[in-house]
Amino acid sequence: MDKKFVYADNAATTQVDPRVIDKMLPHFSEGYGNASSLYGLGQRAHEAVEEARKKVAAVINAEPKEIFFTSGGTESDNYALRGMMHSRRAGGRKHLITTTIEHPAILQTCKALEKEGFRVTRLPVDQHGLVDLKQLEEAICEDTVLVSIMAANNEIGTIEPIAEIGKLCHDKGVYFHTDAVQAFGHIPLDVKAMNIDMLSLSGHKINGPKGVGAIYIRSGLLLEPFITGGGQEKGRRSGTENVPGIVGLGEAAYLKMTEMEEESTRVRALQRRLIDGVLATIPQATLTGHPTQRLPGNCSFVFAAIEGESLLLFLDHMGVCGSTGSACSTGSLDPSHVLMGIGLAHEVAHGSLRLSLGRFNTEEDVDHILEVLPQVVARLRSMSPVWKD
Amino acid sequence: MQYSSKVMEHLMNPRNVGELENANAVGMVGNAKCGDIMQMFMVIDDNEVIQEVTFKTFGCGAAIATSSMATELVKGQTIKEALALTNTAVMEALDGLPPVKVHCSVLAEEAIRAALADYYTRKGIDPTPIVGEIKPFGEDDDDHHHDIPEEE
Ligand SMILES: Cc1ncc(COP(=O)(O)O)c(C=O)c1O
Repeated sequence: MDKKFVYADNAATTQVDPRVIDKMLPHFSEGYGNASSLYGLGQRAHEAVEEARKKVAAVINAEPKEIFFTSGGTESDNYALRGMMHSRRAGGRKHLITTTIEHPAILQTCKALEKEGFRVTRLPVDQHGLVDLKQLEEAICEDTVLVSIMAANNEIGTIEPIAEIGKLCHDKGVYFHTDAVQAFGHIPLDVKAMNIDMLSLSGHKINGPKGVGAIYIRSGLLLEPFITGGGQEKGRRSGTENVPGIVGLGEAAYLKMTEMEEESTRVRALQRRLIDGVLATIPQATLTGHPTQRLPGNCSFVFAAIEGESLLLFLDHMGVCGSTGSACSTGSLDPSHVLMGIGLAHEVAHGSLRLSLGRFNTEEDVDHILEVLPQVVARLRSMSPVWKD
Repeated sequence: MQYSSKVMEHLMNPRNVGELENANAVGMVGNAKCGDIMQMFMVIDDNEVIQEVTFKTFGCGAAIATSSMATELVKGQTIKEALALTNTAVMEALDGLPPVKVHCSVLAEEAIRAALADYYTRKGIDPTPIVGEIKPFGEDDDDHHHDIPEEE
């Protein structure tokens, strides 16, 4: 048996960079102070947190004081939506606009807000996953508070026209939040140039630690606190700071920023090799998402006549980790809402596979996938009663 | 969600895969929309013994493993014995299935009954009194798919 192991699920999570771990470790051992304490040990923890804040801010051209640390992307998304809508409730404005292809952190939060009496418009996307600016413009009405549209999609990798969306929102006088959990550190983002009021990001998608993230909130924007308590994070998000995690997030962000150009060029070349290889060697394979406006590592496909979960299990057996949006994997009745959102039929969406490449993938990894995947697809098709070649 | 090692073993080494050219009983159940389709092929002799049985399945790991196990269980059985096979027996033989995958074992039971119905139909015998109602292939299958509680 070939014992090679290829991790190609970097959109799910990433391996922590050893350079990041090195920066984190001292904050578990000798640097264990509470960042709120006045003595030196505490002050050094405080300084480490502020240093991380600067590093995160720099990636998106924000001010350090506009960065608030959270427990991850999900919490940042929750704060952006709930915080904004609750804070504007008194004015009677109740409308929020998002898309059909957001992460559940947004979509489930929208559902909860609807139960509280807020109104949500979910914009459709085209077959490539792109939002239509004209439809967005038409959806904005008198009582619209906020538009929340992801910077890039986690399943199909499509990059949304964030700068245009931000400009439109500001022309119309509504706030703009973007879930940049997949985009942050992978593609250039500039909150000033792109008119972004709030932005969610997460450590574990950028070769940083899990369970730590941040939200950028434009200075001057009034938001009620999200977690009340001892007043950390300027009272917006109380709780003793996760110092090692925050330091890890800061370092991971710094490395992404300084290496973004080189890394994205390299990962895009691997992506090209994988996509071209798959489409050339596997019949009836289709790339999902946008042909060019996509994240560097995302390679998402649908294969006719096979089902994603069994595909993943066979790939795992051959040492390849990927993911799928088939219903059987989501544990629900329907395939992923994103694949439905781009208009795929159920039976097509069941055959989906997402391979996402990252910092630690190599050409050999891609070649291993290109060796294994066609075999696995052929094997499953030979078992499939609906396969016709 | 975790599969038993028995399920994984049948998935990685499925028994009795393929089509039987000389089959005298063929049944297909499920639908592509829900994500699983099972087809069973059988050679049944004059003593109503299932001499050979194979399958083709489009579906998740559990769908393939239950197909494989079901063919193993009915091979060499009489029609009467095969009709007594329940989805629970298939599941037990696989050391259990995750709750969301129970419908796959139901589908395997139905695939066997569909093949046996075809056997009688080919002989000009109405299968319904013997094997019961068979859902026509491709019909949306409300009973066992849609009873999975939605996770919030
Ligand atoms: C687009 C998007 N938003 C939000 C999240 C949630 O982030 P976290 O896992 O840090 O809570 C993820 C990752 O799973 C994501 O891909």
